[in-house]
Amino acid sequence: MSQRPITEDDLHAYVDDALEPERQAEVDAYLEAHPDVAKRVAGFSVQRELLRGALAPIAEEPLPPALNLSRIIESRRQRRLPAWRAIVAMLLLCIGGAGGWLLRAEMLAPSASAGLVALAQEAAYSYNVYAPDRVRPVEIRASDSAQLVQWASNRLHQPVKVPDLTTAGYRLMGGRLVATAHGAAAMFMYDDDHGDRLVVLTRPMATDQSQPMTPHSGGDVSGFAWADDGMGYSLVGQSSPDILRPIANEARKQARTI
Amino acid sequence: MLLLVEPLIPALRRYAWALVRNHATADDLVQDCLERAVSRWHQRREGDPRPWLFAILHNLAINQFRQSKTRGKHKTIEEIDESDFGEDAVQERKLMYQDVLNKLSKLPDDQRAVLLLVAVEDLSYADAAKVLDIPIGTVMSRLSRARERLQREIEGTAYEAPGNVVPLRGVK
Repeated sequence: MSQRPITEDDLHAYVDDALEPERQAEVDAYLEAHPDVAKRVAGFSVQRELLRGALAPIAEEPLPPALNLSRIIESRRQRRLPAWRAIVAMLLLCIGGAGGWLLRAEMLAPSASAGLVALAQEAAYSYNVYAPDRVRPVEIRASDSAQLVQWASNRLHQPVKVPDLTTAGYRLMGGRLVATAHGAAAMFMYDDDHGDRLVVLTRPMATDQSQPMTPHSGGDVSGFAWADDGMGYSLVGQSSPDILRPIANEARKQARTI
Repeated sequence: MLLLVEPLIPALRRYAWALVRNHATADDLVQDCLERAVSRWHQRREGDPRPWLFAILHNLAINQFRQSKTRGKHKTIEEIDESDFGEDAVQERKLMYQDVLNKLSKLPDDQRAVLLLVAVEDLSYADAAKVLDIPIGTVMSRLSRARERLQREIEGTAYEAPGNVVPLRGVK
């Protein structure tokens, strides 16, 4: 048995059943040798049981309707809606007012125009929706990549190639088709050893059929978009542009060799 | 969130009721607590949401105490209600429970809170310290004082003749 003296804290932890088994045995032994302390501790235990017994019926009562959590969540959502509408309306106003100029000035280099801008935006949306998903980020896994390529190529009416980014430390997780305002696009997702994820989105371009590598950013994500021979690409992630740029260059090099 | 919080609502109600001894007030506090939990869910730290929820509830209850003290409001103190009256054993147990609750309500607020969180709600000493935003050493000293004092109250009545242990109010 250790020589650590028994403390008041030990006695309370004994009552609350919060001691390690060895220490509990030591307190047991101590109480056996000190009946006056044992009596006091027994009194505490009785208190504890009385309080628990007295209050147990409260926790067993059926919950009143006001404490229905689903309803509380729902009513909060409804209350928030008007505020959201106001924010959206304000944003639309801002975009309407200063839109074209702002987009040119801030979001993209001057050489890029609407086609690539839209693609970059779609890639960012896809990243925001699918990359945080821990359950089903992709519809077809990398193990079935042949099937994924076949499916995407059929739906995009273009041969699609999945860039291999292993040299940059990113493994293919898989992919899915996503809907855009400009038709179907193929999304491929990658992750590295830290679980950081990247998304590559590709679709045929009606405008901007060939465009140089162009940086874009918005919110937490940034990326690069480009277009070659009628196919547009955008690579998006949460890393800094300095890290993403060489990965995007690698993806572009591979996509060109189709 | 629903899955994590919903199972805790009965315990939150019990804690609130034990603090204020009134169903309507307790349920109002818990409802406030849940609304705040929903709107601040993203602010909580990872892990067990229990200490976080109890802390919200506790702070609401403390504010409520302060307000009712300054406004001089007096709410009815409820007795426990066990519907199956009649049997002597039940009757006797009911009296004992009533007694310990009445004595509990004589403790200072801070001692009562610690005792309830630890002995009834089964929070660890560390979690109780988080709820009350005090060092763990303070939790232990308040717990000790709460138990000593409650014990003195209980033993004080033990010398009285059995039968007049609890001055029951004629509620109901």
